[in-house]
Amino acid sequence: MNHYDSIVIGAGHNGLVCATYLAQGGQRVLVLEAADTPGGLAAGREFHPGFHASVAHSVNHFSAKVASDLNLAAHGFEAGADGHSIVGLGTDGAHVVAGAGALHNASDKDTAAYDEYSALLGRFAKALEPSWFRTMPRIGSLAVGDLMTFARMGLKLRLLGKKDLQEFMRVASLPARDIMDEYFEDETLKAALSWDGLIGSRMAPRSPNSAVLAMLYRMSGQAASVKELVNSLSGAATASGAEIRTGAPVKRVVINGDENGLGVGGVELASGEQITADRVISGADPQTTFLNLVGVEHFDIGFTNRIRRLRCNGLVAKLHLALDGLPEFEGLDRPGGRMIIAPSMDAIEFAFDDAKYGQCSSDPVMEVTVPSLDDDTLAPAGQHVLSAHVMYVPYELKGGWTDAARDGIRERAIDTIARYAPGIRDRILHSEFLTPADLERDYRVTGGHWHHTEFAMDQLLMMRPTYGAAQYSTPIPGLYLCSAGSHPGGDMVGAAGHNAAQEILR
Amino acid sequence: MSHYDAVVIGAGHNGLTNAAYLARAGLKVVVLEKNDYIGGAAVTRELHEGWKYSNCSYVCSMMRQAIHRDLDLARHGLILVPYLGTVNFGDGDERLIAYHDAEAAHLELMRHSRHDADAMHRLETDLTRYSQLIRKTLMRTPPDPTSFKPRDIMELLWLGKKFWSLGEKELYEYVRFFTMSAAEFLEDYFENDLIKAAMASPGIIGTALGVESPGSAYILLHHVMGDVDGSIGAWGLARGGMGAISQAIASAAQAAGGEIRTGAGVQKVLVEDRKAVGVVLENGDEIRSDIVVSNLDAKRTFTQIMDKNDLPDGIYDKAKNFKIRGSSGKVNIALSGIPTFTHLPDNPYVTRGGQTFSGSLETMERAYDCWKRGTWSDDPFVESVIPSAWDPTVAPPGQHWMSNFVQYCPPKLADGPWTPEKRDAFGESVINKIERYSPGFRDLIVHMEVRTPHEIENEIGLTEGNIFQGELTIDQLFFNRPFPGYGQYRMPVKNMYMSGSSTHPGGGVSAVCGANSAREILIDLRKPNTVPEDDFYDE
Amino acid sequence: MSSQDRFAGERPRPSPFYPRQKELNIRDAWASWNGYKFADYYYDAEYEYFCVRNLCATYDITPMQKYEVKGADAEAMLNRMVTRDVRKIGLNRVAYCLWCTDEGRMIDDGTIFKLADDKFMLTCGSPCTAWLKMSSFGFDDVSITDVTDDLAALALQGPTSCATLKKMGLEGIENIKPFEIRMFPFHGDTLMVSRTGFTGDLGYELWIQPGLALQMWDELYAAGEDYGIQPYGEAATNMTRLEAAFIMPAMEFNEALKTVNLNHDQTPFELNLGWLVDFKKPHFSGRSALLEEKKRGPKYTLTKLDIEGNRPAEGAWIYSDKRCKKHIGYVTSAMWSPAVKANIALAMIETEHLDGDLWAEIYYEKELRHYGRVAKCTKQDKPFWTPARARQTPPDDY
Repeated sequence: MNHYDSIVIGAGHNGLVCATYLAQGGQRVLVLEAADTPGGLAAGREFHPGFHASVAHSVNHFSAKVASDLNLAAHGFEAGADGHSIVGLGTDGAHVVAGAGALHNASDKDTAAYDEYSALLGRFAKALEPSWFRTMPRIGSLAVGDLMTFARMGLKLRLLGKKDLQEFMRVASLPARDIMDEYFEDETLKAALSWDGLIGSRMAPRSPNSAVLAMLYRMSGQAASVKELVNSLSGAATASGAEIRTGAPVKRVVINGDENGLGVGGVELASGEQITADRVISGADPQTTFLNLVGVEHFDIGFTNRIRRLRCNGLVAKLHLALDGLPEFEGLDRPGGRMIIAPSMDAIEFAFDDAKYGQCSSDPVMEVTVPSLDDDTLAPAGQHVLSAHVMYVPYELKGGWTDAARDGIRERAIDTIARYAPGIRDRILHSEFLTPADLERDYRVTGGHWHHTEFAMDQLLMMRPTYGAAQYSTPIPGLYLCSAGSHPGGDMVGAAGHNAAQEILR
Repeated sequence: MSHYDAVVIGAGHNGLTNAAYLARAGLKVVVLEKNDYIGGAAVTRELHEGWKYSNCSYVCSMMRQAIHRDLDLARHGLILVPYLGTVNFGDGDERLIAYHDAEAAHLELMRHSRHDADAMHRLETDLTRYSQLIRKTLMRTPPDPTSFKPRDIMELLWLGKKFWSLGEKELYEYVRFFTMSAAEFLEDYFENDLIKAAMASPGIIGTALGVESPGSAYILLHHVMGDVDGSIGAWGLARGGMGAISQAIASAAQAAGGEIRTGAGVQKVLVEDRKAVGVVLENGDEIRSDIVVSNLDAKRTFTQIMDKNDLPDGIYDKAKNFKIRGSSGKVNIALSGIPTFTHLPDNPYVTRGGQTFSGSLETMERAYDCWKRGTWSDDPFVESVIPSAWDPTVAPPGQHWMSNFVQYCPPKLADGPWTPEKRDAFGESVINKIERYSPGFRDLIVHMEVRTPHEIENEIGLTEGNIFQGELTIDQLFFNRPFPGYGQYRMPVKNMYMSGSSTHPGGGVSAVCGANSAREILIDLRKPNTVPEDDFYDE
Repeated sequence: MSSQDRFAGERPRPSPFYPRQKELNIRDAWASWNGYKFADYYYDAEYEYFCVRNLCATYDITPMQKYEVKGADAEAMLNRMVTRDVRKIGLNRVAYCLWCTDEGRMIDDGTIFKLADDKFMLTCGSPCTAWLKMSSFGFDDVSITDVTDDLAALALQGPTSCATLKKMGLEGIENIKPFEIRMFPFHGDTLMVSRTGFTGDLGYELWIQPGLALQMWDELYAAGEDYGIQPYGEAATNMTRLEAAFIMPAMEFNEALKTVNLNHDQTPFELNLGWLVDFKKPHFSGRSALLEEKKRGPKYTLTKLDIEGNRPAEGAWIYSDKRCKKHIGYVTSAMWSPAVKANIALAMIETEHLDGDLWAEIYYEKELRHYGRVAKCTKQDKPFWTPARARQTPPDDY
């Protein structure tokens, strides 16, 4: 009979990581992917004949531990030496570059401040890093294991020393704007450095509480190529014995129950096929998992409400350009790294203000990369792909998303790029613009949200996605979460998949 | 030259409270006030003959009854009177009346949304739960989590136990609540926008955050955790205006032997051998003392009246980076009669309450967007109250004075410095807003005083006119207030303390900062404590 | 505001029966319930109580919250919300239900009327709109309408209630069984009658659209004249319900969503309502917590007490010894029962001490002198008042 120890729903990177660990642990594992290729939001997308892009366009902090545990190197994974540098584009071609632990092209004062800033944040990031790879304790629990996790986290921070710890207590909840203002003077630099505190979230530079944590979260791990990472994860999963079935959308999780409670029976595919398993691990976002795949009738009302109130509306749109040649950005020899188009923190803030009211900004801010620079298989020879994360684009546009509305914001985004790369319009063979609503439709992720649900302090750590489901297990025995909606959150890290597998194998 | 046991810089209500408790412990204390009148922001001033304006703070809820009772403030002339509910004005003709009577209030909510009327019970329960816990921390000195001293560890354990007693579910809800925006928090309860706006309005008062900014839910709680006679969330007026509170505390301080000098601005804190030894007045006089207590805000204390060289490394920068943002304005108006408002019954239980011109969440947030851009909204959020409808002492009979608190007003304008013309234009935006709901309002105006952050700072010395002496964000709350490591009222220079709202528990006419600070000073001096413990009505 | 009455927003609203009640409320003893003006008593509480036990009397239950729950998913939605198996409620039957938080703490109790396979009515004492909305989230085909103001309701309780309704012309009324619903044509509309009530006695509840409320009242009172019909208020209701050992919010239980302190609310097992919790039905809110509590046993148990003497034990503490050393519980409701001639009470008592001695420390006042006594309590298994007619079909005429 077709029975598995574990079924993983979704072959996103976390699903693959989780499946591989489980298979390595001796389980018979099946990964079910709705799309025709694995990768989730990192899967390749041929948006124009011969031109490929992926929604996740760079891997900046993939877990070194996961890469080594799963022996991804044997499947083609290669860690980038020092990550993708951040390039703050200046209007006059005066760009400031932050990469390899130093600033380039910045004022002396900012360069000196950057050393101090990156050293401090580096120490914080290091102290926090182990927490990303650990199941969060239940705060009401008095279990020894939970208390130990707390104690370890506290000790790690305490080991920073009194001075650093005091500074951590102050800085950890600062808005991006405040910490930038404290250290730096150049507006372009401040905007570029605050980017990692904001992207993917409903936050702008003035929003307190979560930006610094987001920055610190993004300061560990390794950079890599998206395509290589997805391929190596699929390779590792298959090599470990996990089975991956693509083009197999799951319709629902089969729930069994008797007077002692509920349990998981397996899944039913959209095709009607039923597959049984001891446990089902969902790589889908929490709302999709609990509300659509399982159904509210199997959960308590308060729990369902906590899932309902998760904030899942994405604010990042994706722009893909097929170019007939390398785009020329003023003042740059080569359009490498992550180029941030945001002249100031106010520019980001004001773009956000429009989105708060369901409108698209007239001056969007964005992160631009040219992935075909490093991977010539993404575009025909001599031609290139430009990929941009555009903020802030509301999931629910006032008046609804229409083709005209989408074209409008796409053109504004291209115009904005053209301010820095004046000739780019003449090079465009084709363009594609994916709003959060489009991402939801194409990638089955609620709200088109990067992190499945907001990366905000009230939805982090032992509250991610909500208590009762924050330790990867859920109220239904045998049903688990393993993805961005769980601790520690989104981006291509692999931590959630890793942690979920450890919980299951415990 | 006289020598004092302690000088307190600034006769705001916290400074006076601090002095009162030090004097009660037998210390020779002097309070030095730069203005010719005392009270700081808890002040009553006759700026137009016959009208007494509480021209800064205007209502009171956080004043701890333990202090009120202990300092015998009633005997020193103070009575706090709860005022009836507030009317919330929507963007259009919608009105939400917060009736004092619970069932009437429920019916009124039902008129807007049956769902929300029901959900209000849950919100009130939850806010009461959150308030009850935080109220217990008010009159306690926050523990230093980086310290291994027995007292800090014991206090942390006490705090842990209190949190634990919430139960697992509420513990999570509480933690969650602390970091959210007011708008997100309320989304879990309500569907009607006017009700949301009404409930969110305490979340923006005095802060440089919007209803959509994470952290504003805490600001909301900060404004509802007070009580009048045990009724949590209720607000009251001081008979005679807010200055009556300062006067009563001053009277208590003087009765205990404390001295108060007005017109005595402090130019500099004297530091010798890393110890505070006294102050130099603006007139050049030197006053020596064993203890120096600054009731000024943290930024002003460390960047204006102290020499950078007298401070340990890093403190000056922390003070410079201390977030104390001007975000509020105040328009005080003398009226020839009681204003009437459209779409409201002529019911004294309604008209004797307050008026909140909140509009909708979007209106409030857009006003914040203007502030971010260095300007003011022409559709501002205004919280008004007409104390003369309750208090016969603040305006001539039949005439009234109206306090209008405005959120937001920028400390610095994008188009250059504040000028009297711009100030008046800002005042006009408020009059226009009220006139929209009260046609003919303008004609009732006998006199008015417009206060932007600029006026507030210049007159009473609050940096940028921030009413809390520093933003109430997590990085500046509890043991982080004013800075991590200095949350226990002792400052980086020996023998120097702070007693103002820059310290725990923050802004509000609570008298708690001053009392807590006095307790810590007395501990250091090994004197018997004169500061009472709080009283919670068996919460 | 259009109303001429400047205090309109503050006044309790009249029920559709108010014009008649006003004439009969000769003591002007008004209270309010859910915003409705509502009689505490009309003439004399004890007299009204005896009308319920001896004749028949009406109680205005219009202020009770009424929700119509409709749609293909209505049954599933309610079944996830309440602890009883809604699938087992027969058509035109009423079931007493309760619902809990995830933690198994009781939010409220009420009755579910099954009016069609996809149409139910839920009634309860306090507004429940927000919880119903939360409960219905995720169910596609269910609509919930608050029909409180659209349905006037009157309880008719007491031994002559069936005879009165028969005389009023409700044909076959004598054949409807306890918890059964029947529709009667009434002036071109429908009069819904359920054999339900809050008195533990023979009784009915009448449900009618507000426009016909006075008509119904008049016909009912005309028919009941020979049977001693009389309105009764909150005070007599509280007496009759206590004799029947029915629980009241804010007396026996604190609604969970309005409870500030941890575990100051109650669970069904603590309230002795474990029989309403069905673990064999599909998942319902609070199930896991309740299953655990069932295994562990409730901390408290609501207990029916017969207390020696005749001083009502209102607010009394319960001890396991006469010297009042060991405090084990507290009385939630107490009174002298005129029907049973006993000093009765409901009390929350720590389950582990339930089998030992129970003593109530009672304080009372006599001409401004205050006295105390410790009275022995005897546990009762059955409700204090359980007349056979309450269950008989057809019941006797008096």
